[in-house]
Amino acid sequence: MREILNDIDQWRSQNKRVAVARVVDIEGSGPRDPGAAMAVNQDGVVSGSVSGGCVEGAVVAEALEILASNSPGRLVKFGYSDDEAFAVGLTCGGVVHLFIQPLNW
Amino acid sequence: MIYKTLADRIRNNKPVVLLTVIDGPNIGATLLATPNLENLGTLGDAELDRVAARDALGELEAGRTSVRSYGPSGQVTPEDLHDTPTVRVFVESFSPPPQMIIFGAVDFTGALAKVAKVLGYYVLVCDAREVFATKRRFPMADEVLVTWPTPVLIERGSDLGPRDAICILTHDPKFDVPAIQGALATNVGYIGVMGSRKTHAKRLERLTEVGVTQQKDLARLMSPIGLDIGSRTPEETAISICAEIIGRRVGRVVPSLRESTGPIHK
Repeated sequence: MREILNDIDQWRSQNKRVAVARVVDIEGSGPRDPGAAMAVNQDGVVSGSVSGGCVEGAVVAEALEILASNSPGRLVKFGYSDDEAFAVGLTCGGVVHLFIQPLNW
Repeated sequence: MIYKTLADRIRNNKPVVLLTVIDGPNIGATLLATPNLENLGTLGDAELDRVAARDALGELEAGRTSVRSYGPSGQVTPEDLHDTPTVRVFVESFSPPPQMIIFGAVDFTGALAKVAKVLGYYVLVCDAREVFATKRRFPMADEVLVTWPTPVLIERGSDLGPRDAICILTHDPKFDVPAIQGALATNVGYIGVMGSRKTHAKRLERLTEVGVTQQKDLARLMSPIGLDIGSRTPEETAISICAEIIGRRVGRVVPSLRESTGPIHK
């Protein structure tokens, strides 16, 4: 979280809406531990990361959808065993659970 | 207000723990718990707030981040949880960074301080010689102190724990010996002392003279410092030291120079 604070502060000072995705759990081998965080603003600009680059693209799409739909947040799972593995799977074979929510607090 | 307090505390290296409902009623609800201060925010139920914040402060103490499950009013026993929805709470601990104290403002110090910063350490450089111990020479260090090891370790030693490291790079017995004595009086997780095998043998003699003879104390000293990976430059040496710190912290068997024989630089 520390490394994304400056970007978040800047976005909030520009009245941009911001969503935060955080790794809350991993199964098997995962690239980043729980607490790894990434922020996405309403324009799709990104700060930080939650994997080795494997799922960030999909996280941006989820984050923008959450901001657009006024969702309070949702759990999202990415992993090798998913049907969409080819689209957004983790090459390391693990499963990563993310919670993505609007930063409205 | 929650975010602002969280960001302030993270930036100032103050402990804080963030709780977020990630599943169940009130998904997305957020609570910030801080030792000895009022909670900010709510998970949607006062009793749940009380129980979860109490647990979270325990997790913070241990430096752990985890997901915990409760009933909607903070129930935790299996009987109470029967037939109620489960609230899953992500408990994210923000502990102050680990500390590295480097004694000796030498060539290796800048490289080690740089690598330690990459790894997230709060880095303090200390040397009694004011010409060498300057912020200008070590801009990457969080603090540069011109003083002797003993007062530094008396003042800060009680804050040091298993995650922290002391690296003694001076090669100078009048500095090394008090630094080692001071370091051994703390619970610091890693004590590395630079010098050749010959220097280390001589240092052991001096330590014996001042009464540092107990095997359990000497076993804490990693000297020669670092892993036996054939490092030559200050930067390579810094990597070998930090790799040794990581390996020993997590309890892996690593090829430390201390356990090998022969020349350090081949």
